Amino acid sequence: MSELLLPPEHRYAKIIKEHLNEDGNELSILNLGPTHPATHGIFQNILLMDGERIIDAEPTIGYIHRAFEKIAENRPFYQITPLTDRMNYCSSPINNMGWWMTLEKLLNIEVPKRAQYLRVIVMELARITDHLICNSILGVDTGAYTGFLYVFQFREKVYEIYEEICGARLTTNMGRIGGFERDWSPKAFELLNTFLEEFPPAWKEFENLFERNRIFIDRTVNVGAISAEKAMAYGFTGPNLRAAGVDYDVRVAQPYSSYEDFDFQIPVGKSGDTYDRFCVRNAEVWESLSIIRQALEKMPAGNEYHAEVPDYYLPPKEDVYHNMESLIYHFKIVMGEVPVPVAEIYHPVEGGNGEIGFYLVTDGSRTPYRLHFRRPCFIYYQAYPEMIKGALLSDAIVILSSLNVIAGELDA
Amino acid sequence: MALENTAIQEKLAATFAGDVFNFQQERDIFSFEINANNNTAIILFLKNDPDLRFHFLTDLCGIHYPDNPVEKQFAIVYHMHNWYENKRIRIKAYLNGENPEIKTVTNIFLTSNWMERETYDFFGINFIGHPQLKRILNMDEMISFPMRKEFPMEDGGRTDKDDRFFGRTIDNC
Repeated sequence: MSELLLPPEHRYAKIIKEHLNEDGNELSILNLGPTHPATHGIFQNILLMDGERIIDAEPTIGYIHRAFEKIAENRPFYQITPLTDRMNYCSSPINNMGWWMTLEKLLNIEVPKRAQYLRVIVMELARITDHLICNSILGVDTGAYTGFLYVFQFREKVYEIYEEICGARLTTNMGRIGGFERDWSPKAFELLNTFLEEFPPAWKEFENLFERNRIFIDRTVNVGAISAEKAMAYGFTGPNLRAAGVDYDVRVAQPYSSYEDFDFQIPVGKSGDTYDRFCVRNAEVWESLSIIRQALEKMPAGNEYHAEVPDYYLPPKEDVYHNMESLIYHFKIVMGEVPVPVAEIYHPVEGGNGEIGFYLVTDGSRTPYRLHFRRPCFIYYQAYPEMIKGALLSDAIVILSSLNVIAGELDA
Repeated sequence: MALENTAIQEKLAATFAGDVFNFQQERDIFSFEINANNNTAIILFLKNDPDLRFHFLTDLCGIHYPDNPVEKQFAIVYHMHNWYENKRIRIKAYLNGENPEIKTVTNIFLTSNWMERETYDFFGINFIGHPQLKRILNMDEMISFPMRKEFPMEDGGRTDKDDRFFGRTIDNC
């Protein structure tokens, strides 16, 4: 049976042969993925199994690799934002803002306080949707569909806010160098306020459904635990690391976009198991909500939504038709002919899954010389085989969804 | 910040003398170059020294510089982070363009396993001693290394895109 699935020189084929009839049981091979409804993305794991128990796993990734780093070397800077959307597509605004902040660091642009606060709001909304999807799908994978139905409509509400801000919903391509492309409409704030009123009770209900649920606890506690040392060695960041008890968060370690103005907690877990990851994400949603409220409260008056940087920020369209200078700027920006210093920049932001880093090398031309994305999923997914060794097949599914591996970010 | 650049520089220079050089503060990050032959010793020292404690490998990637002299045509860039002092450093090691190879750091940082595989996949840089150095994102049958600058992104025979009309030449895009 196994010979059909694997070439004879594969190391698993040898292991199976060696252990054949050792105790009357035969080891077997199971292909988890590439397209399996429970993997939530296209990646394959070849599992070596003894009955229901996983002995070893071999992950294969790259099924949706789109060569973003190569494409980025051939695009002017503003055309790279749509690429960042498609990495962690559950929280694209964080990636977008991270990319703009990288460029602002490169060009030494100071973003007005109000635009920074607006960015914080949209990034925290993105974090909420990211955690909401991860946790509710974890519920679905353990057999609890209801919680998913309760909260999923609120992702729709958030997407309506995105739509009001930038016109797009999933792949947002939001913002510009120096701020946003337009000021937020009153409608956007109205939708945001409605969300802040309606979402917390639903999230509370969601939490109540799971946190003391006997079946859920049995399925998740002590499943896929990873120690803090191991997690750091594997390069974990974000909620998965915090679940293991390490309070590292880029928002606090290296505040960007005025995160230092807000008062929030970094929830941490203890054992680094699936249940702790779930609880850390739950708690982070509450912190995100609190940050959004604080940002709305402290929002500076006025309607500044971008920095005054005519070299990089597109002029209003009506000026382009009637004003020579605006036309020139518009043309130069669209053609990518903007002055760029020669530099090497690393800018990290706290994404939904951990530290998203942009390592940008410029040579003064219209495109990056080299752009490397530090993608948290790619880095921590390599711990997956070790985390599922000795676990049951059903645990492997739960661990995978609790890690929140997003195929787009994994493969870039 | 408690951990000063000069302290790092002095410690490294005292231990590795000529193998670490070109120290500079690049914007918000302290960076320097190392001799690629001694990369594992330097990185292990940075990780284990009780004062330096760069215990977290944030990022590892390659860069191709085809215009450099042949002994500096590839670079490996390590980003390391000390969470205790919240200090980041960037380390660059230049490699030979003919036969780019460097020792693996997988036995120092587990996380570098896939990062090095990715770098091998895209640049063809050989990591000596890597436990499983094979392609990761591209398919196994591929023979070229796509992030090298000579690898064209698009089919060169396309006629519908004429870059001359956009002020671009082959060299600047």
